[in-house]
Amino acid sequence: MSRPPTAEVYRVDWVPGTDELHGICHCGAEHDTQDPVLMWQWMLSHPDHQEDDR
Amino acid sequence: MPHTTAFARNQWYVAAYGTEVGRELLARTVLGEPIAFYRTEDTGEVVALADRCVHRRFPLSQSRLDGDKVVCGYHGFTYDTTGTCVYVPGQKRIPRTARVSSYPVAELDSFVWVWIGDPALADRTTIPRAPHLADSGHWTTVGGMEPIDAGYGLLVDNLMDLSHETYLHGGYIGTPEVADTPMTTEVDEGAGVVRVSRHMDDAECPPFYANSTGIKGRITRWQDIEYHAPCLYLLHSRIAPQGVLPNPDGTDPDAFHVEITYAITPSTPDHVYDFWAVSRDFGHGDEEMSTFLRDFNHEVVMQDVNALNLLQKTLESEPAGYQELSINIDTGGLAARRILSRLAAEGDRSASPDNVAR
Repeated sequence: MSRPPTAEVYRVDWVPGTDELHGICHCGAEHDTQDPVLMWQWMLSHPDHQEDDR
Repeated sequence: MPHTTAFARNQWYVAAYGTEVGRELLARTVLGEPIAFYRTEDTGEVVALADRCVHRRFPLSQSRLDGDKVVCGYHGFTYDTTGTCVYVPGQKRIPRTARVSSYPVAELDSFVWVWIGDPALADRTTIPRAPHLADSGHWTTVGGMEPIDAGYGLLVDNLMDLSHETYLHGGYIGTPEVADTPMTTEVDEGAGVVRVSRHMDDAECPPFYANSTGIKGRITRWQDIEYHAPCLYLLHSRIAPQGVLPNPDGTDPDAFHVEITYAITPSTPDHVYDFWAVSRDFGHGDEEMSTFLRDFNHEVVMQDVNALNLLQKTLESEPAGYQELSINIDTGGLAARRILSRLAAEGDRSASPDNVAR
């Protein structure tokens, strides 16, 4: 099923030249990790993001 | 415990290409539900009925049509397009419960979509679109369908992480740059869409594109995945001579564009229909190119089919609780798994309010 685009967008950039993942929650919180499982756990903890929030 | 992905009900799924459905009954099993498809005689509308006669469960797909009615091949129970039984042999009274389910269907973009779930919730405007498939003025399309003896989650995993092209499809569509290039993953949670973009600035041109575009040297290769969970997967592929980019106004006359479409339709917990299509915006009317792309992509699809058949068998023999290891290339696949898990839970909740508490 397809719904119109929403503002609830999570983004994960794999930083070129590194093993680092940089995540941005739709609330603006950001997080860095080298583990995609931990990245999604962090994303889904919204709005209770822990550590590294900027 | 076998590796399986939960079904997401109350969703649209591709059951067939429109060209597959006609005046012969077609059997497909979608989310474990056997369904018989056919077209009506006058209007050509697609009808989808449960593929089991209420009498002794004989498959209606193995029966025959009488006009727009299906006559069971065993004892002649006859159903109209709504699934209502209108004739039983030897007696006038037709039991009140003599009907089979009919499924909401929609024919869009060359696909026949079927709604699996509560028919009252079926909204055709929510079907994700692949307009290039039916736009023969701008796109030339080849395609096919391969059944795979694997859970549909394995095919989603496969398609969300294209780094496997380098290894499983090396010499076909894979080059070293695919696995080596970092990608960006976006999840639109509300829309249920996962996007994975991998833009290669300077890459080897694999045979699939070298032979079809005629580019001899290195290329700029963009792969932009758009996965509309659970069924429709679009890969927007852009190929251009190395360094050639779109114009500032968005036009892109010096690139070759290929839309790779997959419909991922769960059949049973360990069986999935893999509908695939390759649409190009060049070489229109070039039958030789169409044959090349169809045959070549079919080989690529079969490499996936063989790998996933093997993987499913292997996982079924694994002890319960086996571990996986995910790395950066799996970021998009993990996002897709999570969306599917949410959709499955939502589908279960609307199917049975009692499930909410579990």
